[in-house]
Amino acid sequence: MDRMLYIGMSGAKEIMLQQANTTNNLANASTVGFKRDMEAFKAVPIDGPGYASRVYTQDQGVGTDFSAGPLISTGNPLDIAVKGQGWIAVQGPNGREAYTRAGQLKIDGNGMLTTSQGYPVMGSSGPISIPPSEKIDIGTDGTITVQPNGQKPNALAVVDRIKLVNPPEADLVKSVSGLMETRNGAPVAADASVSVETGMVEGSNVNTVESMVRMISLARQYELQVKTMKTAEQNDQASAQLIRLG
Amino acid sequence: MNPALWIAKTGLDAQQTNMDVIANNLANVNTTGFKKGRASFEDLLYQNVRQPGGQSTQNTQLPSGLMLGTGVRIGSTEKIFTEGNIVQTGNNLDMAIQGQGFFQILMPDGSTAYTRDGSFQLDSNGQIVTSNGYPLQPAITVPANTQSLTIGSDGTVTATVAGSNTPTQVGTVQLSNFINPAGLQPIGQNLFQETAASGAAQSGTPGLTGLGTLQQGALETSNVNTVESLVNMIETQRAYEINSKAISTTDQMLQYVNNNL
Repeated sequence: MDRMLYIGMSGAKEIMLQQANTTNNLANASTVGFKRDMEAFKAVPIDGPGYASRVYTQDQGVGTDFSAGPLISTGNPLDIAVKGQGWIAVQGPNGREAYTRAGQLKIDGNGMLTTSQGYPVMGSSGPISIPPSEKIDIGTDGTITVQPNGQKPNALAVVDRIKLVNPPEADLVKSVSGLMETRNGAPVAADASVSVETGMVEGSNVNTVESMVRMISLARQYELQVKTMKTAEQNDQASAQLIRLG
Repeated sequence: MNPALWIAKTGLDAQQTNMDVIANNLANVNTTGFKKGRASFEDLLYQNVRQPGGQSTQNTQLPSGLMLGTGVRIGSTEKIFTEGNIVQTGNNLDMAIQGQGFFQILMPDGSTAYTRDGSFQLDSNGQIVTSNGYPLQPAITVPANTQSLTIGSDGTVTATVAGSNTPTQVGTVQLSNFINPAGLQPIGQNLFQETAASGAAQSGTPGLTGLGTLQQGALETSNVNTVESLVNMIETQRAYEINSKAISTTDQMLQYVNNNL
């Protein structure tokens, strides 16, 4: 039997995987700070005796699209968006430092500054704790100023500075939790040149039209693969008929 | 069966919930002291199909693996405690809080609830109660045949009784604040309950220790921005359509297999 059927099958299977990825990007079209996952197909030639026509395909992640998402104005004093390149450092679920651009910050019941997912935001030395205060203001360099309860507006206190980093993008990988981590897991040093905008959040950088076109194109490619499988079946039927004739 | 179908389903679910939140905000655009909600989306766990950095041969590594996302969910719906507009009503039992803080309300079960809705009324005993009849805490009773009632910016309530020229103090309104008001649990009727996330209530005199001051004869309106809500609604609707398109595309792919193999 011809192995053409398997080539078609592997194509269909890997296209379906990539379709899942495209759908995930579309599902996260409204997730604040989401960065699109990019994927590509890789040719995996299996050379054997005879004509080298056995090239399987493999779906492969080729990293994350780090382009900036649109800035959405919310007016909330705890919402920050990173301007240009850079990341907000948080403490990830495994205790290691991780990076995100989802700047919907909040203060939890213990006064810790966290992201909306509950990961503590890192300051100059570890997670940031905010004292009870009337007003809180985050400066463009991440410096947090508060007007403590009962203090006059001229008695502001600087609490800490949000750790903003800017490691080379090639060093960052998306972890299972969706946060970015460095490849070697080691934290990177703060970068003073990263700045944030207060009262704004960064939207998802998924281009819905592009993803949709990709989804349709994948669907058609899938049909081609199925057609190949169908042709393989017809070829097999034809040869089986020949054998019967003989 | 097919991950793409389920991922698109999480997208539909999340957008539907977001629409509920927006609809609730719009429905409460005229509710006194209402605080708008916001749904925060977060991506779900990633499935590690092929580990990045695995060896592709003895001497070479895969530069990147295959991490498949599994969709989206609404991580939390938080209340945004920005101040609403202050409107003058002239009603002497209406109070607006300028700044932070909540009125304390005694619930029928003996617990305390918190609200920023300052449209108070009197019950048959002259006690100051909410429009649902729950008494303000600490309890303040306005004497019968009161000619005029004054609530100072620090919460002092004074009444001038018929036949007397000097006003007498009948009680003090106290406010409570929380370290994380967004962690309060809304329980309807414009009321909130304390939770572990909000932190313990710290009560005090209006105008002191970070609490706002009171303004008599005024009410705080809902802080819902209708234009913002409508824009959010349009965006949600389009995102919903895109996700349903993803479902129909995946469905067509599977249908094609069923019909042709």
